[in-house]
Amino acid sequence: MPDLSIRNLHASIDGAEILKGLDLEMSKGEVHAIMGPNGSGKSTLAHVLMGHPAYEVTDGEVEFKDTNVLELEPDQRARLGLFLAFQYPAAIPGVTVANFLRMAVNAKRRSADGEENPIRIPEFRKMLQGNMEQLKIDRSMTSRYLNDGFSGGEKKRMEMLQMAMLRPEIAILDETDSGLDIDALRIVADGVNSLIGPEMGALVITHYSRLLRYIKPDHIHVLVEGRIVRSGGPELADELESDGYTPYGVAEGAV
Amino acid sequence: MSERTELTADEKAAVAIGEYKYGFHDEFTPFFQTGRGLTEDIVRQISAHKSEPEWMTEFRVKSYRHFVDRPMPRWGANLDVIDFESIYYYMKPVEEQAKSWDDLPDGMRETWDKLGIPEAEKKYLAGVGAQYESEVVYHNLQEDLKKQGVLFLDMDSGLREHEDVVRRYFGTIIPYNDNKFAALNSAVWSGGSFIYVPPGVKVELPLQAYFRINAENMGQFERTLIIVDKDAYVHYVEGCTAPIYSSDSLHSAVVEIHVADGGRCRYTTIQNWSTNVFNLVTKRAVAERNATMEWVDGNLGSQITMKYPAVILNGEGAHGEVLSIAFAGKGQHQDAGGKITHVAPNTSSVITSKSISKDGGRSSYRGLLQVNKGAVGSKSKVVCDALIIDDESRTDTYPYINIDENDVEIGHEATVSKIGDEQLFYLMSRGLTEEEASAMIVSGFVEPITKELPLEYAVEMNRLIQLQMEGSVG
Repeated sequence: MPDLSIRNLHASIDGAEILKGLDLEMSKGEVHAIMGPNGSGKSTLAHVLMGHPAYEVTDGEVEFKDTNVLELEPDQRARLGLFLAFQYPAAIPGVTVANFLRMAVNAKRRSADGEENPIRIPEFRKMLQGNMEQLKIDRSMTSRYLNDGFSGGEKKRMEMLQMAMLRPEIAILDETDSGLDIDALRIVADGVNSLIGPEMGALVITHYSRLLRYIKPDHIHVLVEGRIVRSGGPELADELESDGYTPYGVAEGAV
Repeated sequence: MSERTELTADEKAAVAIGEYKYGFHDEFTPFFQTGRGLTEDIVRQISAHKSEPEWMTEFRVKSYRHFVDRPMPRWGANLDVIDFESIYYYMKPVEEQAKSWDDLPDGMRETWDKLGIPEAEKKYLAGVGAQYESEVVYHNLQEDLKKQGVLFLDMDSGLREHEDVVRRYFGTIIPYNDNKFAALNSAVWSGGSFIYVPPGVKVELPLQAYFRINAENMGQFERTLIIVDKDAYVHYVEGCTAPIYSSDSLHSAVVEIHVADGGRCRYTTIQNWSTNVFNLVTKRAVAERNATMEWVDGNLGSQITMKYPAVILNGEGAHGEVLSIAFAGKGQHQDAGGKITHVAPNTSSVITSKSISKDGGRSSYRGLLQVNKGAVGSKSKVVCDALIIDDESRTDTYPYINIDENDVEIGHEATVSKIGDEQLFYLMSRGLTEEEASAMIVSGFVEPITKELPLEYAVEMNRLIQLQMEGSVG
């Protein structure tokens, strides 16, 4: 039984259908990549899985750990073990990174019936410092306001730091490579790779195959017009790099 | 990592308490009271009861006449709903002021315990005054400060024991005819604080006054005078709460502050009246050469608040700041802001206003920045940000700026925002509930002001904001 099963998923925004019957199965310990041209529904999939209120699911099922997640609020999905690394994370002025992370870690530690189990400060600090060192994030970052005035690279590293702190079971990475130079990309990829294992799987959403040189997928799925049109092994990335998405009926200009 | 990270767990624990937790009242027969309504005779009775000098009686009577003649202000919140005839203008709860909390009647003592004042005094305050209805029932100042010549008394004792100082300043910064409610206060004032800090003395821990209304239809009219002498420093903090009644109470204070050359005064208010209290307050400070005056003004409670703490920058190099937070919930109208007048050259000022409106509440920023001719080289910055939680709520900005001098630097920014869906989704995707996420966004919004508060008050302010945010998500 896979940990995450997506069956015949249809979703729309403002009345326009974007996902048109998407199927996907994955488990912890696996890395799946979703590749597709602009407008194919990649980001929509990420947002729908996390429960963004602007998207309406019109048909299909999403099961995670035997739970119908489509009935859950985003925070419940997070506490169940889903995580979304945003392409464009929102800024929260006035809220320091340290305070936010502690609230988030404590929310995650809360039991299903709302019982609090807050992390002890020394333990939190140790965990935070360890993860920041790994991601080469300067310590001064903790007293800055969350994503407020962050550069593109800083935002992406902050997403990775959150992922490392929250230890999800399935992490969805939405265009995590965009806006990163090669050094930053390496650091971010190292961070992801250190977490991938029996306890975590990753669904890596990307337009280009560049990221997949650093985060090695077990499976690659090609998403076109809201459906997975082809699935294969890592070799598919090279094929897409040389041939693009035109073999899947996508016009050159749309890529 | 900043020390502020330590707060969250305590704050969260405190949030579990529930809605307005100060709405209880004591069953209590006051020692003396003047009955409902106000006449010139009652004004004279109050003065006689306090055995005041003749000049003060005359000041009161003159003020009363002006109050009667002065029309109701029409430019702000709707004040026609105030029923002046139903109010008790003077109520003395106990015969004598206590030097120890244990000397107070049991019920009243319990109230102060519930408000946490005796505990706060032990932990982090240099002195405390506790006013209940019209009189300060408890007052204390640390011995070492007394030895350094610091005076911290209730205003009535200040008048009795230091009449010359009081007479020199009283009603000079805010004249009796400044506005209708300053006139009312000048007529019936009772209680409040009298503070004098001698040259060079720095009072490191805050002095706190706490104002408690207990009776229904009570009018509380405290009067505060603070004099900070050359190069001295004091931080004065006031808090206020009242029981919840179905009919209205009136709180109308006057606060006058004089900061001499090189002195600094910070005045912090955490106003948390119950929502049946009209809060109409006049606060003004004069800052002399190189002096600094800072108002930190948090308005969370009351039905209507109209309050615009003012600084007159009278000496060269003086600096004035107003940091204001207003939270308008259901049935509340917070009309708050600040006033700065640049009189002398090279003076500087900052007004930062943050307001939050929810559940149909209304908040207004009303501010005046005045730069007089001759105040060359002056600098001022006004920032007002409003956050609206839902579609029923309202916010308005009335920024008045009068500049009569060319050689000045003035900045003004105003923003209105709503809690963004993307911000909420982002925080919820990390496991925070919608309520937690909203409260976090709001705390972040007011952070530029709460970070200016001493730790204990920052915790209190955040806790109050979180309480206000509870149940706001639908």
